[in-house]
Amino acid sequence: MNMQTTSRLTAAESALIDAYTGQLGELPGNGAVISARDRLVDDLKTNGLPTRRVEAWHYTDLKTLLRSVPMDAGTGSADAIEPLVAGAHVIGTRQGQIVGKPSVEGVVVGAFADMLREGTAAPGLSVIDRDDTIGKINGSFVRDGLVLEFPAGVTVEQPIEIQALHGAGQAHTRFPVSFGAGSKAVVIERHAQTGEGSAFVSSVSDISLEDGADVTWIVLQQQGADDTHLGQVRIRVGENAKLKLFVVNAGGKLVRQELRVDVAGEGAELSLRGVNLLGGDTHTDVTLVLGHNVPNTNSTEIFRNVVFDRARGVFQGMIKVALDAQKTDARMACNTLLMSDDAEFAAKPELEIFADDVQCGHGATVADIDDNHLYYLMARGIPRNHARAMLVNAFVAEIVEELEDEALVEALEGVISTWLAKHA
Amino acid sequence: MLEIKNLHARIAEDGTEIIRGLNLTVKAGEVAAIMGPNGSGKSTLSYILSGREDYEVTEGDILYNGESILELDPAERAARGIFLAFQYPVEIPGVATMQFLKVAMNEQRKARGEAELTTPDFMRRVKEAAAELKINPDMLKRPLNVGFSGGEKKRAEILQMALLEPKLCVLDETDSGLDIDALKIVADGVNALKSPDRATIVITHYQRLLDYIVPDTVHVLYKGQIIRTGDKDLALELEANGYADIIGQAA
Repeated sequence: MNMQTTSRLTAAESALIDAYTGQLGELPGNGAVISARDRLVDDLKTNGLPTRRVEAWHYTDLKTLLRSVPMDAGTGSADAIEPLVAGAHVIGTRQGQIVGKPSVEGVVVGAFADMLREGTAAPGLSVIDRDDTIGKINGSFVRDGLVLEFPAGVTVEQPIEIQALHGAGQAHTRFPVSFGAGSKAVVIERHAQTGEGSAFVSSVSDISLEDGADVTWIVLQQQGADDTHLGQVRIRVGENAKLKLFVVNAGGKLVRQELRVDVAGEGAELSLRGVNLLGGDTHTDVTLVLGHNVPNTNSTEIFRNVVFDRARGVFQGMIKVALDAQKTDARMACNTLLMSDDAEFAAKPELEIFADDVQCGHGATVADIDDNHLYYLMARGIPRNHARAMLVNAFVAEIVEELEDEALVEALEGVISTWLAKHA
Repeated sequence: MLEIKNLHARIAEDGTEIIRGLNLTVKAGEVAAIMGPNGSGKSTLSYILSGREDYEVTEGDILYNGESILELDPAERAARGIFLAFQYPVEIPGVATMQFLKVAMNEQRKARGEAELTTPDFMRRVKEAAAELKINPDMLKRPLNVGFSGGEKKRAEILQMALLEPKLCVLDETDSGLDIDALKIVADGVNALKSPDRATIVITHYQRLLDYIVPDTVHVLYKGQIIRTGDKDLALELEANGYADIIGQAA
């Protein structure tokens, strides 16, 4: 499928390759890292960005959609922002690089730039499969990021907020995070543009949950109106581990957020949730590949999308159940509210099941607001616009409330209502 | 207070005419009962009064305090004091009951140019009204009507009515699905709101509710028209003899 050789590069493709050439000698990395980067850039040069002919990118033709890439490696400044939850441990990157020496009590915190310089990062600068364009771009350009190691048994009471902030230009970060056996934490991975102008951002979080770890991981994407955001979360879930993964897209012009989940330990329990708030002339794609690879694991996936204006949204959800992953229980739902006639949403749920004793299901709905609900609220004196906003809020709030942590729920509901107040 | 003149209305989607030349006057302070067999247009009439957009008025007018309300949407009518207690209140997951009550009360106050309620004032009012109706406070912590039993839903409707203090209360088969104890509580709630400047329209199939909410006038609705009007004895007559006689006389 990727056999075409690209003789003519698009402006964005050329810009990417030029950006790489321009940063030769500047990007951190030892010999092994440099060769890994070179291989990834060569791949981009040969195959170009994916088009709709590549199945994994069918609804997000990156070659066409990515019109330009800012050359600037990123000099814009970015100020810290208020954390989502008061009292959170705030660490992070500015314009793709760590500032100062971040620390969180009980957690070993390192710099990805050091891993690049030492070469320990080299094996990770690889692609998951040949369609892993985000892995290619990020591996080519990544400069820094935080490396977090939660020792076995540690519980971090307050949430940890990783703020990946930037102004205009490029920013490429990577966050390798390992949660030791029995550790417990809430981590918020937050991407936001705090300056002006257009940015091109890629970020890969490479996460492992060892046996019995209990982790809530929230991706909150609040990029600017002209930004391209290519995000990827790779997660391996060990035995009896509990993962709550929650993705909120509330920004960006062109967004692809991939979730690549490997359920690798028996007894693992996963709850994957997503809220996509889409408006303006934007394109947002959430692509989930969830592999149930061992017996006796369960997962539920619910994605709620609200689409205004001329926005386009995509959800691709693939659940793969391996041959010996008996007793898998996996349920996926994707529900969309289309709020304008020009809004679009494509939902593509897929099941690929090799085991014969499993419970799997998926469902997708696309609808407008329920007229009966609207009428009921209006009949109590709530004006139409306010009633509509309440119902949209309710549609997404329902899954936010599942997070249970009151401060977190309140904070995310705040993000949602602020977004809706601006766009609805 | 309410004057319905030669009202004709149909279902917007398929044009089926349901209300066919209905005339009805309800004065301030009056309790009017509307009775009638299934399919006579009782619920439709309540929806039309509230402004539901699934129905089209093709002829006639509805005057409320002397002004036509046909051009007003449901929210505007509610803010002017028209309240419909639904036969089947909808469940709205994700909307917290308390938030809904607060927004509804404050939006109505805003529309009337009154100051919004403070949170303590709001809480106090809800607590008092809920206690009167023997509503379990846990119920108010749930999303709106979600998981409420039939009786709880009806009580929640009357709670909303008590809090919103409307001027024209329309009760659409509020007695359906209620056991006798719940019926008394609901009826007490309705009676507590009785006042010289407030009118109530009680839509019901059965005399039973009218033992507790005693009507000043009783109107029989059949095929979209009021075919007979009387006092509370008319309801007893219907209970004893059914609708057949009256329908026969009208035909």
